[in-house]
Amino acid sequence: MTGRQKLVVIGAGMASGRMLEQLFDAGADFDVTLFNAEPRGNYNRLMLSPVLSGEKSYEQIVTHDAGWYAAHGVDCRFGEAVVKIDRANKVALSGSGGVPYDALVIATGSAPFIIPVPGKDLPGVCTYRDLEDTNAMIAASLPGSKAVVIGGGLLGLEAAAGMAARGAEVTVIHLMGHLMERQLDPAAGYLLQKDLERRGIRIHCKGATKAILGKDRVEAVLLEDGTVYGADLVCMAVGIRPEVRLANDTHLHVGRGITVDDQMRTSDPAIFALGECVEHDRQLFGLVAPLYDQAKVLAATLLGQTAAFQPVQTATKLKVTGVDLFSAGDFADAPGREEIVFRDPGRGVYKRLILDGDRLIGAVLYGDTADGSWFFDMIKQGKDVSGIRDTLIFGPAFAGGPTANPLAAVAALPPEAEICGCNGVCKGRIVTAIEGGATTLDAVRSATKASASCGTCTGLVEQVMALTLGAGFTANTNPAMCKCTDHTHEDVRRLIKSMALKSIPAVMQELGWKTGGGCASCRPALNYYLIADWPTDYVDDRQSRFVNERNHGNIQKDGTYSVVPRMWGGVTTSAELRAIADAADRYAVPLIKVTGGQRIDLLGIRKEDLPAIWTDLNAAGMVSGHAYAKGLRTVKTCVGTDFCRFGTQDSTGLGIRLEKMLWGSWTPAKVKLGISGCPRNCAEATCKDIGVVCVDSGYEISVAGAAGMDVKETEFLCKAVTEAEVMEIIAAFTQLYRENARYLHRIYKWVAKVGLEWCRAQVEDPGTRRALHDRFMLSQSIYQTDPWAEHAGKPADWAPIADLTLRAAE
Amino acid sequence: MSKFIDIAALDDIPRRGARVVKTPQGCVALFRTADDRVFALEDRCPHKGGPLSEGIVHGTSVTCPLHGWVFDLNTGQAQGADEGEVRTFIVCLDGGRVLVDASFLSGRSAA
Ligand code: SRM
Ligand SMILES: Cc1cc2nc3c(=O)[nH]c(=O)nc-3n(C[C@H](O)[C@H](O)[C@H](O)COP(=O)(O)OP(=O)(O)OC[C@H]3O[C@@H](n4cnc5c(N)ncnc54)[C@H](O)[C@@H]3O)c2cc1C
Ligand code: SF4
Ligand code: FES
Repeated sequence: MTGRQKLVVIGAGMASGRMLEQLFDAGADFDVTLFNAEPRGNYNRLMLSPVLSGEKSYEQIVTHDAGWYAAHGVDCRFGEAVVKIDRANKVALSGSGGVPYDALVIATGSAPFIIPVPGKDLPGVCTYRDLEDTNAMIAASLPGSKAVVIGGGLLGLEAAAGMAARGAEVTVIHLMGHLMERQLDPAAGYLLQKDLERRGIRIHCKGATKAILGKDRVEAVLLEDGTVYGADLVCMAVGIRPEVRLANDTHLHVGRGITVDDQMRTSDPAIFALGECVEHDRQLFGLVAPLYDQAKVLAATLLGQTAAFQPVQTATKLKVTGVDLFSAGDFADAPGREEIVFRDPGRGVYKRLILDGDRLIGAVLYGDTADGSWFFDMIKQGKDVSGIRDTLIFGPAFAGGPTANPLAAVAALPPEAEICGCNGVCKGRIVTAIEGGATTLDAVRSATKASASCGTCTGLVEQVMALTLGAGFTANTNPAMCKCTDHTHEDVRRLIKSMALKSIPAVMQELGWKTGGGCASCRPALNYYLIADWPTDYVDDRQSRFVNERNHGNIQKDGTYSVVPRMWGGVTTSAELRAIADAADRYAVPLIKVTGGQRIDLLGIRKEDLPAIWTDLNAAGMVSGHAYAKGLRTVKTCVGTDFCRFGTQDSTGLGIRLEKMLWGSWTPAKVKLGISGCPRNCAEATCKDIGVVCVDSGYEISVAGAAGMDVKETEFLCKAVTEAEVMEIIAAFTQLYRENARYLHRIYKWVAKVGLEWCRAQVEDPGTRRALHDRFMLSQSIYQTDPWAEHAGKPADWAPIADLTLRAAE
Repeated sequence: MSKFIDIAALDDIPRRGARVVKTPQGCVALFRTADDRVFALEDRCPHKGGPLSEGIVHGTSVTCPLHGWVFDLNTGQAQGADEGEVRTFIVCLDGGRVLVDASFLSGRSAA
C-alpha cells in the first residue's frame, strides 16, 4: 500500500477521543477522518451533569478543541452522520459523499431507550445523552416550573438534581422499589431518597408510566396507578442500548452490541469498534473506565502491537453535589455470603460490606465514602481480610492505628490502589507524576488523566498531592466564601435551595463548616441568603447582622448613630419638616444635613436615644429610611409632569409608588433607584442600580449603573408602556437579583456575571416575570415592616445594662 | 479574695451579643457566646476606638464593627495581622446571674 493509512472514525465520543489520543501520543501516522452526528467534537459527556446543575459551563468540559484536531491533521466532519458502510469498496458514506478507509472504527456509543407510551413524541419530552438534551432541560428549569424524570437510576437522578438546583419542581418516577437498585441495596436507596426529598425532589417509587399527556406539548405524566404529575418537561432516563444500526445494516456480527474480540476487531478484519456500542465476551459497558481500557487496546492494535482487552471491576459514584454514595462489586444476597453493616442514622451514614469467605466482594457506602477506594482496592485484589475482619468496616484509619487525620485514609492506600476509577489511575502513578514536577492539579491531570473525567476523585487526587508535596501544596479551587468553609458563595446559595437548608446551624452542619459559629463575614451572608430563599420559614438572626442593620442606623466614628427618615420620592410636607426640626431640638442633634439621596439626615445621636427619637418620628407618620441597609435605599425623582414644562410622565408619583412597593426588602447589597421625567434626566436615573427615564411613549427601564467606587452608566433592560408594567418588571428584576446574586455584590457586579441577556429573558417572559413578582410580594408581606416601630417600645434594651459610675461615687 | 458585684441576668445579654456596663474607667462590654459563656472586655477598640460590644460575636471572638479587627474574648488580643489588645476583666456566672469583679469600681485591671 502506498501513502499514509486512512483511518475513518465514526463517532467523536468519550471512547474514540481517548483512542485517538493514545494513537497520536504513540506518534502514529494516520490520515484520520472523524465523523460525529453531534454538531461538535469530543467533550466530557460525564460532565453534562455539572453543566445542567450550573456548576460548569459547556466550554469547561470540551476535551479536544479545534487546535488539537488541526495539530494532528484530523479531518473533522462534525454534524455529519455516517449512514452506510460500503464494506466491499471500503468506503464510509455520509450525506456529503464517501470517504475511503483502510481501517474503520465504529464508536457510536448508545442511544437512550424511549419507553413506548402514548405521548412520547410530544414536544417537551427529552432524554439525557448530549448537550442538546442538557440545554433543553436548562431552558425548562426556570424557578417554579415543573419537571418529571422517568427513571431513578444514575442518569435520572443527576438530571433531577440538576434541574432542582436551578429551581424547578422535580418529580422522579421510578419503576422499582428503591432508587438506583442496580448499584444500591434498599437501605442505601432509602437514605438517598430521603436526601433527595430534603432537597425538594419528589420521589415516586414503584411507579409505572402509562402515558404522557398534553395537547401541543407535554402537560402531565399519567401513571398506571392513576397518579398524575403536572410537567413542563419530561426527561426519560430509563436506560440505554448500544447504537448498532450501522453495524446491523452492514451485516457485521451483532449480539446486543457489536461483537468484538480481545483486540476490538469486529467480524470484518478491517473494521474495529469500541465504547458503549460493543459487546465483548457477552458483556456490555456503560461506564467510561472499561472504555478507556478498550481505547488503549485498540490504539495498540491499530499500531500493530499486541494487546488484549480485559474488563475490570467498576465502582459507581453519583455526581450530585452534597450526596456521598459509593458502590462497588457484588452486593446481592446469596447463600454463603455474609455481610457487615454499620448504621449511624443521626449522621445519615450507612456502610455495608459483603464477604464471600475471607474475601471482600462488594461494598455500599452512603454518607461517608472516604474509605471507598480502600475497599474497592480490596475487592479488586481479592485480599484475605479475615485478619482485620472485626474492624474492617471502620476503614483504613482503624486498620492502621487510631488516627483521626483525614489524610490517613489516603496515606494508608498502597501505591497500586486506584484513585481515579474512570481512567484507572493508581496512587503510585500520581505520586510519580507529582515527583516528576506536576505540582498543580491541572498538571497532574494532564500527566495522568486522574480526575479528568467524572471529577469525583478530585478530592482524593488533591489529598495525594498534599501528602506528596506537604506544605508546598495549595488546593486549586475558586475562592471560598470565607475561611470557615471551602464552598463558594455560589455553591452555598445553590445548596441552600437544593438541600432545603433553612437555618444557619443547618447550613453549617450540612455543608461542613469548619468553625463552630462562623465569622463576621459568612454569618451576615448566610442570614441574607436564608431570608431571601425562605421568607416564610426563616427567622431573621439579628446577631448575624452588621451593627448598622442590627441597630437600624449608621454607626459614626464616635459610636453615635445617624437617623434618616424616609421621604417618599424626595417629597416632604411642612408637618414632616416640623417634626424633624422638633426631634433635632429635643435630642440636641449636632448636624442636620440634606443627603445625596433627597432626604434629611440627623447625625450624632446617642444609641440610648434612638428608640425615643424613632417614637417621635413614627408619631409624625415617618418610618426608617434604611439608609444603613443592604436593602432598598432611596428612589430619587424629579418634579416631572406636575410642574416641569418638559415632563412626559408622572415621574414623582411613579417614584413614590416604587419606593412604597420596594421599601423594607433585604437585598444582597444596597439598591438605589432614580426616576426621571424626560431624557434630561434630572434624577440621575442612568447611574443608579435601577433607573427609569420617562418618554412620550412610556418608560425606559435600565439597570446596573454605579456611581460609587465605580462609575458606570446603566444598560437598557426593556421598555414598558404602563406604570403597572414598570412596577411589575422592577419587582421581578429585584427578586431575580435577590435570589441569585452573591452577598455584597451590587446589581452592576451581578449583571456582569450573569449577563444582561439572561436577566432580560427572565423578566420578559410573562410567566417567569409574574412568578418572580409574586415571590417578591410574598416576601414583602413579611418583611415590609418599620424597624423603628418594632424597637420604639423597648428603650431599655438600648441603654447600658448597668452603670457602675454611680456606685463608685457613693 | 475577690469581691463580686451582681450586674444582670444572663438572659439580659443576647446570645452571640453583648451589653455595656458603664464603669469609672470607661465602658466594659459583657459578651455572651453561643454556648452561654460570658466575657468582659474593655468596650474600646485599640485601633480607632470602635465599640466592640456592637461587633459580631463568633466562637470566642468578636469582630470590631468599625474596621473589622478581630479580638479573642479570652485574652483580649487582636488576631491575625493586627496588633493590639484590649483589657479583660474577671466575670463569673452564678446560677444565671452575671457577676463582675469589684475591681471594676476601683479601676484595676484583672489581667
Ligand atoms: C448620608 C450620605 C452622604 C450624604 O450626606 O449625602 C451617605 C453616607 C454614607 N455612605 Fe454613601 N451616603 C449617601 C449617598 C451616597 C451616594 C449618592 C446617592 O445615593 O445618590 C453614593 C453613590 C451612589 C451609589 O451608591 O452607587 C454613595 C456611595 C457609597 C458607597 C459606595 C458604594 C459602591 O457600591 O460603590 C459606600 C460604601 C459601601 O456601601 O460599602 C457608602 C457608604 C456610606 C456610609 C454608610 C459609610 C458607612 O458605612 O458608615 C456613610 C454613612 C455616613 C454616616 O455617618 O451616617 N456610600 N453614597 C448619603 C445618604 C443617602 C441617603 O439618603 O440614603
Ligand atoms: C449525563 C451523563 C452522565 C454520565 N456520568 C458518568 C459517570 O459519572 N461515570 C461514568 O463512568 N460514565 C458516565 N456516563 C456514561 C459515559 O458518558 C458513557 O459511558 C460514554 O460517554 C460512552 O462513550 P462512547 O464513546 O462509547 O459513546 P459516546 O460518548 O456517546 O459517543 C458516541 C458518539 O457517536 C456519535 N454517533 C452515533 N452514531 C453516529 C453515526 N452514525 N455517525 C456519526 N456519529 C455518530 C454520537 O453522536 C456520539 O457523539 C454518563 C453519561 C451521561 C449521558
Ligand atoms: S463619601 Fe460617604 S463614606 Fe466617604 S466620608 Fe463621605 S459620607 Fe462617609
Ligand atoms: S476601631 Fe476597631 S477596627 Fe477600627
